[in-house]
Amino acid sequence: MSINPGDYVACRECDGLHSKAELSVGAEARCQRCGALLYRHPRMKAEHLLAISIAALITLAIAHSCPIVALQVNGIPNSATLIGCIASLWREGSLFTALLVFATALLFPLLELSSVMLLVLVGWKAPASPLRAMLSRFVMALRPWGMTEVFVLGVLVSLIKLSHLARVVPGIALWAFAATAVMVAVIAAFDLRQLWEEGT
Amino acid sequence: MTPTALSHGLMACPHCGLVQEPAEHCPRCRSRLHHRKPDSLTRSWALLLAAAISYIPANLLPVMITSSLTGTERDTIMSGVIYFWTSGSEGLAALIFTVSILIPLLKLGSLSFLAVSIHLRSERSVHQRAKLFRIVELVGRWSMLDVFVVALMVGLVQFSNLAIIEAGPGAAMFGGVVVLTMLAAHSFDPRLIWDSSERQDV
Repeated sequence: MSINPGDYVACRECDGLHSKAELSVGAEARCQRCGALLYRHPRMKAEHLLAISIAALITLAIAHSCPIVALQVNGIPNSATLIGCIASLWREGSLFTALLVFATALLFPLLELSSVMLLVLVGWKAPASPLRAMLSRFVMALRPWGMTEVFVLGVLVSLIKLSHLARVVPGIALWAFAATAVMVAVIAAFDLRQLWEEGT
Repeated sequence: MTPTALSHGLMACPHCGLVQEPAEHCPRCRSRLHHRKPDSLTRSWALLLAAAISYIPANLLPVMITSSLTGTERDTIMSGVIYFWTSGSEGLAALIFTVSILIPLLKLGSLSFLAVSIHLRSERSVHQRAKLFRIVELVGRWSMLDVFVVALMVGLVQFSNLAIIEAGPGAAMFGGVVVLTMLAAHSFDPRLIWDSSERQDV
């Protein structure tokens, strides 16, 4: 019996070996041993990924250029962007906290989205280039560290905290962050390995 | 029983998933290949230990220091939870208690338990242990909530004359705990949970 290893798929969680089968659109294959997702037939295609990543980059840009919240204390208006918050942390000497927030709420989501965008483009232009492999690995490595959705919840909690002190008006950035978080989640639901399967 | 890639002398690429004969690098995406994550348990233990040590100052030191006309207040994570509870936001208090105190603690406990069970080559409740790891990986990131809240409070209150809010050393320690436990979960190889049950069947 001659086997071609490429016809098999190994479960990422338990190493169970299965032979690949064709799936209908939207269907998923699960590991027989541990029940983990092996792969699914994606509803999304690479071009959808490109469109969503560009849209998310736009909402992310809006989120970072608009105030998160407008405060009114004794009639004096006051507002701040996320970058302003990070700068305040930095100025008062909380360097590690400032860096952590900068990385997880700004830098990593930005890098992840732009890399996904580039990945799709490079995949079309030069599927065999080492740049494509590099970008793909980069996106996978970044994924756990972009925390847009946690940040949105953080904004909501701070709004409630501040509402004890002053009149708060949620800013445009809150909605832009929420929209970015949804789109990042849609992109994260796409298994990047699928892009490799199409290439072979 | 289900055959594994290892028992067939094959390797799956950790990045693109290609199953292949053992090699140094994946021919398709050039990732480094290993049967299992290298030194998985040693790395997890080291990171868990560092996280457990940081967990103590993270909870004892103030995460937020508020100075106003009425005096200076030093809030730890727990005093923040108590403040919400007594001011009538019980739901919010429960949320913050869960993500900031319970989840890091359960994460440290669960990962240590999983690592010990692998050292002991346990074959019991393999499915439950696999599920436990899946949950740990999924919920860990939500612990960053409090760090974000502190950062936002500092920045948003900065320019008003309400008070001056500063991030305390506890916030940095707490952020460190979240990063360390996430790294520990990342170095942990869930396939090890199944390997000891495999050993008997082979």
